[in-house]
Amino acid sequence: MPKNRPLLMVLAWLIPVAIALLAAPYVVGPFHTLTLMYGLVFGIGVLGFNLLLGYTGLLSFGHSAYFGAGAYTVAFMVKYFKIASMELFLAGSVLVSVVISLVFGIVCVRYTRIFFGILTLALSQVLWSLAFKFFWVTGGTDGLRVPTPSLLGMSPGTDKMEFLAFQYYYYVLAVFAVCVAVMWVIVHSPFGKALQAIRDNETRAEFIGIRIRRFRLIAFVVSGAFAGLAGALWAPLNGLATPDILVWTFSGEIVFMAVLGGFHNFIGPIVGAMAFTYLKTYAVGLTVYWQLALGTVLVVLVLALPKGIMGLVELIVARLRRPR
Amino acid sequence: MSLLSTQALVKSFGDNRAVNNVDFVVRQGEVLALIGSNGAGKTTLVNLVSGLYRADSGRIVFEEKDVTSASSYGRIQAGIARSFQLVNLFDQLTCADNVALSIFAREGKTLKLAALASRDRAVWEEAQGVLRQFGLDSKASILAGAISHGERKLLDVAVAYALKPKLLFLDEPTSGVSTREKAPIMDIVSAIVRAGGITVVIIEHDMDIVFRYSERIVVMHQGSILADGSPDDIRRNDEVTTTLIGTHVTGESAY
Amino acid sequence: MESLVIHGLNALLYSSVLFLIAGGLSLIYGVMRILNLAHGSLYAIGAYVTAWSIGAASAAGAPNALLFLLLPAGAVAAAAVGAALEPTLLRPFYRRPEEYQLLVTFGLLMIIEDCLHLIWGPNPLSAGKVYQLAGSVTIGTSRYPAYNLAVIAIGILSALALWAFIYRTRFGVVLRATSQNMRMALALGVNVNRIYIQAFTIGCLMAGLGGAIVVPGQSAVLGMGVEALVLAFVVVVIGGLGSLEGAFAGALIVGFLRETGIALFPEVELAVLYLIAAVVLLVRPAGLFGRA
Repeated sequence: MPKNRPLLMVLAWLIPVAIALLAAPYVVGPFHTLTLMYGLVFGIGVLGFNLLLGYTGLLSFGHSAYFGAGAYTVAFMVKYFKIASMELFLAGSVLVSVVISLVFGIVCVRYTRIFFGILTLALSQVLWSLAFKFFWVTGGTDGLRVPTPSLLGMSPGTDKMEFLAFQYYYYVLAVFAVCVAVMWVIVHSPFGKALQAIRDNETRAEFIGIRIRRFRLIAFVVSGAFAGLAGALWAPLNGLATPDILVWTFSGEIVFMAVLGGFHNFIGPIVGAMAFTYLKTYAVGLTVYWQLALGTVLVVLVLALPKGIMGLVELIVARLRRPR
Repeated sequence: MSLLSTQALVKSFGDNRAVNNVDFVVRQGEVLALIGSNGAGKTTLVNLVSGLYRADSGRIVFEEKDVTSASSYGRIQAGIARSFQLVNLFDQLTCADNVALSIFAREGKTLKLAALASRDRAVWEEAQGVLRQFGLDSKASILAGAISHGERKLLDVAVAYALKPKLLFLDEPTSGVSTREKAPIMDIVSAIVRAGGITVVIIEHDMDIVFRYSERIVVMHQGSILADGSPDDIRRNDEVTTTLIGTHVTGESAY
Repeated sequence: MESLVIHGLNALLYSSVLFLIAGGLSLIYGVMRILNLAHGSLYAIGAYVTAWSIGAASAAGAPNALLFLLLPAGAVAAAAVGAALEPTLLRPFYRRPEEYQLLVTFGLLMIIEDCLHLIWGPNPLSAGKVYQLAGSVTIGTSRYPAYNLAVIAIGILSALALWAFIYRTRFGVVLRATSQNMRMALALGVNVNRIYIQAFTIGCLMAGLGGAIVVPGQSAVLGMGVEALVLAFVVVVIGGLGSLEGAFAGALIVGFLRETGIALFPEVELAVLYLIAAVVLLVRPAGLFGRA
C-alpha cells in the first residue's frame, strides 16, 4: 500500500532513475532504447490495469481489449483516414478505449472475483474474434501497418531507427511521466481512497454511502483509458497492429507484469512491466521455449514471492532499517 | 416524536420468519437497547432498517418519509448509519483514513479524482477530532488491521459516527471484548452520542451494559416484540426474564 | 434433408468434444472452486499423446486393432499429469485469494504449451490412419466418416457414465457433499485432499479424452489448448459453472450454434459465440443450470 515516505528518500532513487532514462538513447544502443520504450509503454498500460487490481480489488483478465483497441484505432486512423499525427492518434485511442471500457464495464462491474474475470475475458475475446475474422477490415493475422507518426507537427524524417530511438523515445518518456503523475494524483485523491475502501470492505464502503458500482465503473474506464493510450504509443513502435495484441493470453501477460512488480504498490506495476519486457526479450533471444521460462517464473513468483519485486524490496528495506 | 417507525415489517428466510410483523418505534433523542436471545430477529431488524436486506412486506418510515424502497445509499443520505457486530473496517487503510472516508462520503467529496486527499485539511482535522473523542488519536496513522480488538470495535463505531447520522444502530458494540474493557468502551460511546444528541439503538447481549446505558429496552423473541419499556419495567417483567434467562430473577440486577 | 442430417451430425461431433473439455472444467470448479486456465492444455496433452502413440505404433507395423486401442492413451496421460499437478502446484493455493489460482494455472498453461513444443516439435501430429481405417457410412447420397459417429457415441457414453458416477455411486455422493460444503465434509471425516485429487484427475481425464478422440480427425497443433480453453469457457458460462448438466446443455447449444454459423455466416461465427457468452453472463450470470 502507498506509504508516506519522506520526500528525500523518494528523490534518492527517483533522480538517478530520471537521469538514466533521460540519458539512455545516448548511452545505450537503439536496440536497448527500443526495449526500454516497450517497457515504458507497457508500464503505462499496467499502471492503469493496477488501478483496478491493486486499488479496487478487481482482477481483469481482459485488458488486452483496451490496449488492442488503442493500437487498432491508430492503425485504422492511418489506413482509412490517412492521419499521421501522434496527438490525434492519442486522442482517438483514448476516446475509443473509453467508449469500449464504458460499455464492457457497465456489464462487468455488476460482478466480482471469478465472474468478473471470466466476463472480462469473454468480452475481450469478442474483440479478438472480430479482428481475426473481419480480415478485410482489420488485416486479419497479417495485421495493419502503422508507419512512423508526426510528433507535435514535426515529420519523422527518413531514418526510422533514428526517429524511434530518439524523438519518439523522448515523446514516449514525456507521456509516461505525465501518466505516472496523473495516476499518482488519482490514487491519492478522495476517489482513490474510496476505491481502496471498496477493495478492503465492500459492505462497509456501501454503508458509509459509497455507491460501489459507480465507483468501480469509473475505475474501470480510467483503467481502460490508460491501456488504450499505451496501445496507441505501442502501435508505431511495433509498426504493426495484429490480433495478437487482443488475444486473452496477452491479457494474462499484463496480469503477470503487475504481479511480477508487485501489485500492492504504486510503482510495482511499472517495475513489473519493465522487468517482464526485459525478461521476455532476453528469454526470446535465448531460447525458442521462452514460454516455459516465463511460465516457470510466474509459478515460482506466485508460490514464493506473491508481493513481487517491490514486495522483496520492501522486505529488504525493512530489514536494513531494523536496529542491530 | 418518533424518528423511526416500522409497520408490520416481515422478513423470512425460507421457512424461517426472522422478523414477524414488527411494529418498532424509535423516539427522537433516546438511547434504546434491543435485546433478545440468538435468532430473535434483532440483527435482521437492523439489517432491514439500514437497508442491507429488503423487507418482504411492511413499511419503514423515517422522519415521516417512507424509506421502505429506498436503497442503502438513500437511507444513509437520510441520516441512518450503523456499525457492525463482526468488525467491518478498511484494514489496509489507517485509522485516520477510515474515519476520513466517512467524512469525505458525507460531504459528497468521494468522486474527486483530480485533487489530493491530503490537501483537504478540514476533513483530516475533523477525523483527528473524532479519533480523539474515541480515544484513538494515538493510532491515527496505524493501519486499522493492526490495532487491538477493543480499539477496532471503537473504530467501527467512530466510522459510523463520523457520518453525523440522526439515527445510529450499534450492533453489539462490545462483543468479543473482555469484560474489563466493556464499560470503558460504552462510557466513551455513550458520552459521545449524548453530547451529539444522536438517537441510538444498541443491540446487546450483556445485560449489565443494557441496564446501565439504555433509557428504553425493546425485547424481541422469535421475530416479534415481546416487551417494550424502561429498564425497571423490563426487569420486573416475568415473561422477559423467563424467556431470556430461563429462571425467575429477583428485582435486582444479577451483576 | 440429407445435408441437414450431416450438419446435425457435425454439430453433435463438436458438442461431444466440447462436453468432455467443458465438463471436466466444470467438474473441477464445482468440487474445488478452482478455475483451471491450463485445462485446455490438458486437452492438448491428450491430443499429442494419442497422436504420437498411434503414429509410433503404426510406424512399428502394429495391427489395426491395436491402433484403435491406443486411442485412450492421451486420456490416461492427461489424468496422470493432473494427478501429479494437484497436490504439488494447486494445493498451496486453496487458502489463498482466488486470483492467485488464475495466476498459477496461467503459468502452468505457458509451461505445458512449451513442453509440448519441446517434446514433439513445432509440426502438427496426426493420427489420421485411425480415421481412414474406420471407413465411412452412407447417408442418403453422401458418405460420412464412421469415425465421427464413434466420437459422438463416445461423447454420449461419457456423459451417461459421468452422470451415473456422480449420482449413482457412493463416491459421487461424497463428491457432491464435498462440493457443497467442504468444511462439513471435512468435519464428517471425509478425506477432502483425496477427493480433490480424484476430482481433479477425473476432470483432466475428460479433457484428455476430448483431445484423444479429436486427433484422428484433426491434427494436434501448438496453441490448440489455448483455443480450446476459451471455447470451454463459453460452454460453461452458458451452461453454468460447476454444473455437468450445464456443460452438456452448453456444449449442445454451442455445437449447434457454431454449425449454424458456419453454414450461414462464416465470418461472425467466433464472435457470435463470445457475444452469446457475454449476453448470458449479463442476463443470467449463473448460466442455465449453475448456482452463482
